[in-house]
Amino acid sequence: MAEQLRNLTIEDRKGPLTGRVFGANGCTLKPAAPAIRISLRAGAEGMAAAKKVLGIALPVKPKSTALKVDLACLWLGPDEWLIIDSADSVLPEKFAKLGNSLLSAVDVSHRNTAIIVEGANVEAVLNSGCPQDLSLDAFHVGSCSRTILGKSEVVLFREAENRFRVECWRSFSDYVWKYLADAAKSA
Amino acid sequence: MSFSVNTGANRIAGKGRLSPAKTVTFTFDGRRLNAMEGDTLASALLANGIHLAGRSYKYHRPRGILGSGPEEPNALMNIARDKARRQPNVRATCQEVFDGMEAHSQNTYPSLTFDVGAINDVLSPFYGAGFYYKTFMWPKAAWKKIYEPIVREAAGLGKSPDEADPDRYANRFAHCDLLVVGGGAAGIAAALAAAKSGKRIILADENPELGGWLRAETSATVDGIPAAEWAAAKQAELAAMENVTVLTRTTAFGYYSHNMVSMAERVTDHMSKPDADLPRERLWQVRANKVILATGAIERHLVFADNDRPGIMLASAARLYLNHYGVAVGRNVGVYTACDSAYEAAFDLADAGVKVVAIVDPRTDVAEALLASANERNIKVLTGHAVTGTKGRLRVKSMTVEPVNGSAKESLEIDSLLVSGGWTPSVHLFSQSRGKLKFDADSERFIPDIHVEECVSIGSCNGTDEMEAALSEAMASAKDAVGGRAATAPKVAGFGSMSGHLIGSAKGAGPDDHVKAFIDFQNDVCAKDIRLAVREGMHSIEHVKRYTTTGMASDQGKMSNLHALAIAANALGKEIPEVGLTTFRSPYTPVTFGTIVNHAKGDLFDVTRRTAIHGWAEENGAVFEDVGNWKRAWYFPKAGEDMAAAVARECRQVRESAGIFDASTLGKIEVVGPDAVKFMEMMYTNPWAKLPVGMCRYGIMCREDGFIYDDGVVGRLAEDRFHVTTTTGGAPRVLNMMEDYLQTEFPDWKVWLTSTSEQWAVIAVQGPKAREIIEPLIDGIDLSPEAMPHMAIREGRICGVPTRLMRVSFTGEAGFEINVPADYGRAVWEAVWERGAPMGMVPYGTETMHVLRAEKGFIIVGQDTDGTVTPYDAGLGWAVGKKKSDFVGIRGLTRPDIVAEGRRQLIGLKTKDPKVVLEEGAQIVADPNQPIPMKMLGFVTSSYWSSNLDRSIAMALVEGGFDRKGQTLYVPMENETIAVEVCDTAFFDAKGDRLNG
Amino acid sequence: MLLIHCPYCEEDRPELEFRGAGEAHIARPTNMADLTDEEFEKFFFIRDNEKGLVFERWRHMHGCGRFFNAARHSVSDKFIMTYKAGEPKPTITQAQIDAVKPPAKGTPANEPVWTVDANTGEKGEAK
Repeated sequence: MAEQLRNLTIEDRKGPLTGRVFGANGCTLKPAAPAIRISLRAGAEGMAAAKKVLGIALPVKPKSTALKVDLACLWLGPDEWLIIDSADSVLPEKFAKLGNSLLSAVDVSHRNTAIIVEGANVEAVLNSGCPQDLSLDAFHVGSCSRTILGKSEVVLFREAENRFRVECWRSFSDYVWKYLADAAKSA
Repeated sequence: MSFSVNTGANRIAGKGRLSPAKTVTFTFDGRRLNAMEGDTLASALLANGIHLAGRSYKYHRPRGILGSGPEEPNALMNIARDKARRQPNVRATCQEVFDGMEAHSQNTYPSLTFDVGAINDVLSPFYGAGFYYKTFMWPKAAWKKIYEPIVREAAGLGKSPDEADPDRYANRFAHCDLLVVGGGAAGIAAALAAAKSGKRIILADENPELGGWLRAETSATVDGIPAAEWAAAKQAELAAMENVTVLTRTTAFGYYSHNMVSMAERVTDHMSKPDADLPRERLWQVRANKVILATGAIERHLVFADNDRPGIMLASAARLYLNHYGVAVGRNVGVYTACDSAYEAAFDLADAGVKVVAIVDPRTDVAEALLASANERNIKVLTGHAVTGTKGRLRVKSMTVEPVNGSAKESLEIDSLLVSGGWTPSVHLFSQSRGKLKFDADSERFIPDIHVEECVSIGSCNGTDEMEAALSEAMASAKDAVGGRAATAPKVAGFGSMSGHLIGSAKGAGPDDHVKAFIDFQNDVCAKDIRLAVREGMHSIEHVKRYTTTGMASDQGKMSNLHALAIAANALGKEIPEVGLTTFRSPYTPVTFGTIVNHAKGDLFDVTRRTAIHGWAEENGAVFEDVGNWKRAWYFPKAGEDMAAAVARECRQVRESAGIFDASTLGKIEVVGPDAVKFMEMMYTNPWAKLPVGMCRYGIMCREDGFIYDDGVVGRLAEDRFHVTTTTGGAPRVLNMMEDYLQTEFPDWKVWLTSTSEQWAVIAVQGPKAREIIEPLIDGIDLSPEAMPHMAIREGRICGVPTRLMRVSFTGEAGFEINVPADYGRAVWEAVWERGAPMGMVPYGTETMHVLRAEKGFIIVGQDTDGTVTPYDAGLGWAVGKKKSDFVGIRGLTRPDIVAEGRRQLIGLKTKDPKVVLEEGAQIVADPNQPIPMKMLGFVTSSYWSSNLDRSIAMALVEGGFDRKGQTLYVPMENETIAVEVCDTAFFDAKGDRLNG
Repeated sequence: MLLIHCPYCEEDRPELEFRGAGEAHIARPTNMADLTDEEFEKFFFIRDNEKGLVFERWRHMHGCGRFFNAARHSVSDKFIMTYKAGEPKPTITQAQIDAVKPPAKGTPANEPVWTVDANTGEKGEAK
């Protein structure tokens, strides 16, 4: 008889921060839901091709995002975007069909993980480790940026006035979580 | 109900702004004392009649409280909260008293009032300038055994705590349009005027409340209300404004490039029982568009004989203690001043019922109004006179007064002596900002001249002593900082004059007087020490400073620098501007390491990286090693096994059946685009054009100098898509170098790079049973040796999730590296483990991986190479594409010294005695009997015990190594010389039969 | 801590996000394999390292990831300008340098006490 082999499903997807919660001083941390992420590198031609796949145009202004329902396209650099999709699980396959001649779409769904930081003093909490100006005037709702937090690199995305999504690589997400928790306690 | 706690005999009823209803209890050297909430330790001690606060550093002379703020050189205390919280060298003038505080004087043995170290005072002729450089020089051996321990015991300031710091510290990056440093009159006025613009403003002040010297005023008014009340009202007004952040207890201590100011906020040091979540201190790193420096001025003492007895203090301090803290510093007070402002202190004390014995003033042209005010209070003013000595062991008892131009001595009994040599602008931050100072000849002090950063100095730190003028500067600076129209300055009345000064030696402390007239109290430097330094050839002020240590204590010479400079200039026969000023350095006041480190302690000391499989390794008893920031499973000991036993077992079992290894930390880069292969040809020494899709190749990357930079296996997923792996530690620098070339040298090439290091968990299954173990888990890939030979890469599924399956081997066994999306990494690992464990598969760690690869002679970049090793040196010349016209390193590899004979080359070593394992790093010689120093031929790079070969194996870089195969060389060690034979680096299965099994 | 204008992000960002990358405007020769030893030495080993105006490379490592160039004064640390990689080396005017150079000596701070006569090597008093 054939052996019973484990067939893993989306339920088996375990992010590095799964199950954590933290709150202090009116600031909460929680892991973001699992998402599909694409690291997109493209020039002008590739941007046009990506628009067809994504259904929206990639943002071209520094620090800006393009949003559509569950889809967020974050400008990281003049030829680099981070696409976060919390619904469309076949996005990597759609890009794969485009081939590699116009752009580079690399599945980084599992490379990154994200922490949702929310609360009235969220700016102060993030500014405990991030040297950028995060005031609303400088970093308004919808802004995003790759930057640093303490000794780690993160991508910040301001989802609402008092809510940031902090994307980081999975291996040091524990550091980022603990840094934010320490900062929230001290804020 | 009424109660009255005695907070000290020297509290003057009705004076000061502290509330008698709020009292706290603390101890000083074990003695219980009461204080009022808001007292500093200094004001509380003075209220209780205690002037004697410590012993001096070198001579152990009794010392009192001299100042009232950060300038304090004497009253340094050990402040304890509990066993772990014990902070030495805290200035009593800055530390607020809290309930339960334990304060201890320092530098005293056995007690403050009787100190055996005071013998140094008698022996002081031996402790003159430069004594460290002259004494203890001979015999040399005595330094370590005798002199140093004694000096360490006798010197040193305070005692460090025995336990780790349990407190938390925080950091905040802040941005603002305007940072105002200093919350005295000028700072408040500037912040208020600017705040109306709505722009972001931060106002920082080191004291618990704003006001600065306004807190010492009595009759002066701002906008018609008493000055201190005005400050309190304006503080409340500013704090209520949304665009303004008022930070009290916050010292701006560093001014850096591009208007970055660092500040230390003391959050809990004044609290009796702080919330455990509160950080003790917070570092503020403020980036400001404009900075207004309103840092004020610090009063100087006067340099005369025995000017350091307890009870002698700055006049401004005495005034603040009276008017803010309600404390009279004495009952029978003398005043010695060359500055008008000390008269105000004398008048206020007299008005509070204190007897002012005399005001001694070396000037002859004292303002009529001051003389008249003194006369009204029946205070004797001796103009044209000087204090030339004092008496009193633990507290000043008398002063000797004589005319400046005469010698008729008179002794006056006093219990305190207030001194003032005038005011020194606090230009520390300005100077740190690289601003240039100029010397103002009239007032004989340095004031800001050329600003380099976007900042402006206002008020007394700018040499502007008159209050009205200071506030005008405040209005102008606010307008300049935030635009708009200049606001009207507040109306002021009743402020006294700050005119008059004396720097350098006062009468009786000149070149012909051999008295102890202290300049720098904290480092016990006298006027005569400066002169001695000049006589002994120290002609630069920087040399005088280091030779005498003047200005080098933790107060950085806030009171003393101008005196030292004036005396040095005089001794050199020069003008002060010719002699120059020593450099002001950050921090302005001492900053705790906790504040500098802030969040980066404990778990947050550094970034720790863990793989998706880390938890499994932990649960299965792995011992971890640090590899860069990564935690990697080192070996998996079973009960009773030491490392050697565990590694030997793991090594054997991988070759006998199979092993499973977490290789997730390998760097991975996806290289995508039409020019991908062109780019690979440029970045690696190898040729890539003919690598078929679905196959891998071992690649070497060099720098332009031809030295190996990194290596790794590269798989071709499509004509225009490569899966590149790098070493664990090399991943960031490889990607950085690739991006550098792509962006700056080949910007037109259509190829893009993405780090996928963490997208993929990598499970290496190695050994004869590897295929059998994973085969049933795989979907859509034919694993047969024909369909998937060594160095093949395939995409398919494992356990239902996508995989990039590579048939590669770093062990010499047939094996696979299973790449799976990291969030599934542990689940797939467990599935493989469940299948493999019953078949004899073991988990193995990095140590076994190292041994197995060494058995095969595979190199590790950074261990067997050191940045001076070419592919040829490493025996990897086959990986350099001979037909390529260009790649990074191509020209470096043909440099004369690279192609010369005698380069160190990587070879294998077998010890003649197979049981002996060489030490990595050990040097290798040809003739062990040659005289020392021997000619070193090279060194051991890798060395292990190989359980599979039942002998030791090693690799080494040896001069001309390739031609030495079969030769006997020697490794001289401390107690023996080990004979070794040079051999090939492949110790095991040299033909590679097992790879294809 | 420097504040650096990233020409790609089009704003000033803190130094912590950047990494220095050495002297700018040293192009990799296209005939690399054919260089003489002297040409290779000049290309790979020799750098100007000027005191004063320098052209240098930076990477916005923890930002947009782009390499770019800067003209900066190496004594005052002040930037004259930053510009994108690949743009020609700009001509910097004396006025631009003067605007960022540190203030001239003449103020007393840290003036040397000695001067050494260039011809005789003798020490003399500083003016």
